[in-house]
Amino acid sequence: MALTPKELRRMAYRVRRRNLRVIHEAGGGHTGGDLSAADILTTLYLGGVLHISPSRADAPDRDRFIMSKGHSSALLYTVLAFADFIPKEELHTYMQPLSRLSGHPVDEIPGVEANTGSLGHGLPIGVGAALAAKMDGASWRAFVLTGDGEMQAGSNWEAALQASHLKLDNLTLIVDRNGLQLSDWTERIAPLEPLADKWRSFNWSVREVNGHDHAALLEIFESIPFESGRPNCVIAHTHKGKGVSFIEDRAEWHHRVPTDKELAAALEELRDMSND
Amino acid sequence: MTELFDCRNSFSRALENVARRDPRIVALTNDSVGSAKLTRFCGLFPDRLFNVGIAEQNMIGMASGLANGGKIPFVAAAACFLTARALEQIKNDVAYSNANVKLCGVSTGLAYGALGGTHHAIEDIAWLRAIANMRVVVPADPIESEQAVKMAAEIRGPIYLRFSRMGVPIVHSSDYTLEMGRAVCLRDGGDVTLIACGTMVTRALEAAELLTEEGIEARVLNMASIKPIDREAIIAAAKETAAIVTVEEHQIYGGLGSAVAEVVVTEHPLPMRILGVPGQFAPIGGPEFLFEHFGLTAKGIRDAATEVLGLDSIRGAE
Repeated sequence: MALTPKELRRMAYRVRRRNLRVIHEAGGGHTGGDLSAADILTTLYLGGVLHISPSRADAPDRDRFIMSKGHSSALLYTVLAFADFIPKEELHTYMQPLSRLSGHPVDEIPGVEANTGSLGHGLPIGVGAALAAKMDGASWRAFVLTGDGEMQAGSNWEAALQASHLKLDNLTLIVDRNGLQLSDWTERIAPLEPLADKWRSFNWSVREVNGHDHAALLEIFESIPFESGRPNCVIAHTHKGKGVSFIEDRAEWHHRVPTDKELAAALEELRDMSND
Repeated sequence: MTELFDCRNSFSRALENVARRDPRIVALTNDSVGSAKLTRFCGLFPDRLFNVGIAEQNMIGMASGLANGGKIPFVAAAACFLTARALEQIKNDVAYSNANVKLCGVSTGLAYGALGGTHHAIEDIAWLRAIANMRVVVPADPIESEQAVKMAAEIRGPIYLRFSRMGVPIVHSSDYTLEMGRAVCLRDGGDVTLIACGTMVTRALEAAELLTEEGIEARVLNMASIKPIDREAIIAAAKETAAIVTVEEHQIYGGLGSAVAEVVVTEHPLPMRILGVPGQFAPIGGPEFLFEHFGLTAKGIRDAATEVLGLDSIRGAE
């Protein structure tokens, strides 16, 4: 059952709370980027955007979601658990010895399409997947979520050229544009702006959206393809660490793990907000 | 005059044949339709060949995505660019994911000769052999090249095939069947074993002829399947002959010689010599010149065999 925007909003806070517990328990993970993309993933998986089913995780005609920002694995696993692809109890094994819930996703996990973690790999894989669907005249689609710092990797732009050449309007790139990469703001390291114009110049159809607004995200995703014959780029404007005041927009929270006290404070803030 | 064959042609003919039978097979290349001999494939299957331009990282990622979508991609490109430029995509998107992608390196080794070090692919076996899930096969002649493509299409999972552009004579009979992880004994002998792959197989056979003139009987193994490797054939050679000489169109580090040595030192140590490019970038010169330069010739192999057997001093006294 697809959730409404209002339900997605509450669900996204549940996801964030569980996500933080997973990272805290494991003593590892990428807190900032997880909270940044939580609304996007919740909308994709629980808002009925992705045509996928946990009972048919390997169905040939499933939509492919490729988590190119593989470091947000704790978020991905949390959402996969809420979407019933993996048991919720399994989240306790995140990054534990011999767990399949690796610090970066591996495709042995139901619902995971690619072994990501090295940045700049997801989009080329998405291009190939979308091309396979086009070759078969199939209706399934490929979605790729990247970070924004990841846009500095040249492989994305190789893929950008080819995707528009192949007219892959069944391919959607979502850029989690929170402005921060590991150590600093993207614009202070290797500036990306004007990012939307870059994608337009590569002949992609571009939409910009508030990446924390579930209704807006749903509306955008439901209008895919934006234009016939062009790949879709969604630049989702987000805040790294979204939802927790002392984590938000702070580079040092890229992969910092909350202390017991910080976790308690974060859960309290997220509880308040889900009751809005 | 022995007729010589370009194994790239055998690769492309075989690819056409498997593509006729299996509609899932597609080909990708990096602006190398001509040099990968895919022009005819393009004519036969225009909707199944993707020339992605000079963008090897994207090419390998796309191949992985196509495999995810149920296709069987054969990626054909000059080995120097295919393997080095996209090595991390090969590791993560293909091997780590165990994706059903077939990598076909062409114009391998020193084949590009005077074009220089950028174009030589003499580290590719070492790089790809080190990656889990990846198979590495180096065919020696057109018959084996066709078999390699057929085998690649039949197995599920990643494989790297290496096709030279240099002319090679036929060394296998027409009913030959390449088997994964199986060496082929092309000549039996009890004194020394010569183990070669690819373009060096013929030279090893010629070296064996030269060795008979010195009263030495050489066993010649064609080790096309470098990974998985035929441990049994190597152990038998180690037990039944006095020394092993490996020869490859590749760096001496990490290639065929290393793969053989890994078995020899753990199972039955004996004297070995590893012939190849000795840890340096090749100087400028055509491939034949470079083979002479590095001793990758029948005489060079013969000399290494007599030396490792401790017989070079005898010839020196002649």
